Amino acid sequence: MDLYEYQARDLFEKHSVPVLQGAVATTPEQARDAAAKMGGKVVVKAQVKVGGRGKAGGVKLAVDAADTFEKASAILGMDIKGHTVHQVMIAQAAPIASEYYVSILLDRSNRTFLVMASVAGGMEIEEVAHTAPEKLAKVPVSAVDGISLAKAKEIVAQAQFPLDVADQVADVLVKLWETFQSEDATLVEVNPLVKTEDGRVVALDGKVTLDENADFRQPSHEALVDHASANALEAAAKEKGLNYVKLDNGQVGIIGNGAGLVMSTLDVVAYAGEKFGGMRPANFLDIGGGASAQVMADGLSIILGDPDVKSVFVNVFGGITACDAVANGIVQALELLGPKATKPIVVRLDGNNVLEGRAILNAANHPLVEQAETMDGAASRAAELAAK
Amino acid sequence: MSIFINESSKVIVQGMTGSEGTKHTRRMLASGTKVVGGVTPGKGGQVVDIDGTSLPVFNTVAEAIAATSANVSVVFVPPKFAKAAVIDAIDAKMPLVVVITEGIPVHDSAYFYAYSLQKGTTQIIGPNCPGLISPDQSNVGIIPADITKRGPIGLVSKSGTLTYQMMYELRDIGFSTAVGIGGDPVIGTTHIDCLRAFQDDPDTTAIVMIGEIGGDAEERAAAFISEYVTKPVVGYVAGFTAPEGKTMGHAGAIVSGSSGTAQAKKDALEAAGVKVGQTPSETAQLMRAILGR
Repeated sequence: MDLYEYQARDLFEKHSVPVLQGAVATTPEQARDAAAKMGGKVVVKAQVKVGGRGKAGGVKLAVDAADTFEKASAILGMDIKGHTVHQVMIAQAAPIASEYYVSILLDRSNRTFLVMASVAGGMEIEEVAHTAPEKLAKVPVSAVDGISLAKAKEIVAQAQFPLDVADQVADVLVKLWETFQSEDATLVEVNPLVKTEDGRVVALDGKVTLDENADFRQPSHEALVDHASANALEAAAKEKGLNYVKLDNGQVGIIGNGAGLVMSTLDVVAYAGEKFGGMRPANFLDIGGGASAQVMADGLSIILGDPDVKSVFVNVFGGITACDAVANGIVQALELLGPKATKPIVVRLDGNNVLEGRAILNAANHPLVEQAETMDGAASRAAELAAK
Repeated sequence: MSIFINESSKVIVQGMTGSEGTKHTRRMLASGTKVVGGVTPGKGGQVVDIDGTSLPVFNTVAEAIAATSANVSVVFVPPKFAKAAVIDAIDAKMPLVVVITEGIPVHDSAYFYAYSLQKGTTQIIGPNCPGLISPDQSNVGIIPADITKRGPIGLVSKSGTLTYQMMYELRDIGFSTAVGIGGDPVIGTTHIDCLRAFQDDPDTTAIVMIGEIGGDAEERAAAFISEYVTKPVVGYVAGFTAPEGKTMGHAGAIVSGSSGTAQAKKDALEAAGVKVGQTPSETAQLMRAILGR
């Protein structure tokens, strides 16, 4: 889960990473009051989970509370790369002397954690990595050892931070590691980390990504979930414990078991759909190993509730799950749904107890259900039905 | 022969007394795997009867090894306790640890992977994987044993159900070993480790490699194939239609910007001489053409 900047700032503050005063506002009035409380100049920053908001006009300096009201009015409701701005952060303004970059992240390629640090901050770090790689220090960090003060000093030296900020930056790195580890983050990034004109090192803007697998030991993370901007179908699926992702421009609803098989099913449908005017998959839905009737019914009702869906493809390989259980699940799901089931459903079953499974569907003889023997054949038929 | 496990592998089950552990211990035993005991902290000294086989339960992996000479451990422990279980196995110098558990925080898997590297005596497969099978010899994990038989094909895949699908498509030919390496961002055994082992295994004559979006493991595997693998390899990559920034089921299956795309992986594999199928069935056909069957 990616956090908003103000949420990242709050997490930093919780772990004693130096930050400036900041407050979040959803109305110009709230923004004005926050600015009045802080006093002096403030920066009004659009809260969106996408880069390039500065260029889009989503970050503005305000000289006082009244000006903050004006600037917040202009930014709230703005569209930035398809993201509507619902919140602004009001941040204390500080005179900046220098801008730096630091981050800690999961390095998948090397199966370890990685610190990146640079004295060339304030710009896209991908650009620094590309144009001036010598200015970006990359230091692997073992999950066992973490970042001690000694390790932090080593990183600071390698990235060639000026001596007058070296100790402060090392201290920030240690605290960022504490944030990274104790919050189960997969990314903490500070860009820019700044030196103010009075010589303080402060995290001015941050990005944090949290690992949802750790939710069981991070009860405070629930409050960070952005329910408002979630897709309605995705939110409904999540409530039912389903692993569902809505896809744009699709017509064929997909249900399958196992993440890899479902991903593959989407591709096979898109491939088959080329012959039927470009039919595409409308969603990803993995019902997992034990496909009970209830799970199947929940899955089917989410998919049938998607107005984009014109046909449904149920693709199950019975590994541990037996196909007869899946077939019973489909039959019972259709009974549960009754008249709400209105779109044709192509079912492909294979593997464990496949003959029994197919026989159950044949016997039920539901008018919306037809069977196909192979995955490729079923994908083609589902695309054909969607195109009708 | 086969890779990683064979008929003499002695297996203990960490979390055997839990419901998943018991269910899959029964299945492993039924498929002929030499399961010799289980580990559940606090339940040491108990004996569990599974379909007529009496299995001793130990408090630690070290005790289990001392009593049974086990050389493989399979972990069915829930996410909350998985890190401690894997560290127990590493401390006991268990040579192979297969972590089936799904949903382990990545800080925990990064930790136990780093810890295994420091100790240097344990190979980890997984987490979030279906395990591995050398058909008719040994089955460690949750892969159905009755899909196929022993044969000349080696299979390595991030995905469980695609592993089953591919084994099913090629069931008449059979497999030396099929390894599900898992779909998490940090895994212990990679495509490359399996490719190397299959290349060195005299009973494997051709290899199927299944990948999916996210990370750069397939690109690295492609480079390794160019360098090291002389046996024919066919490939399949899932996730061409996955949108950027969305996790597709597996915690590791996510396209970030231009990195981790299926197209990039397919291109890299083809550049290394791997024939890549557009669907699982087409991939199976490519393998049949290579083997002339």
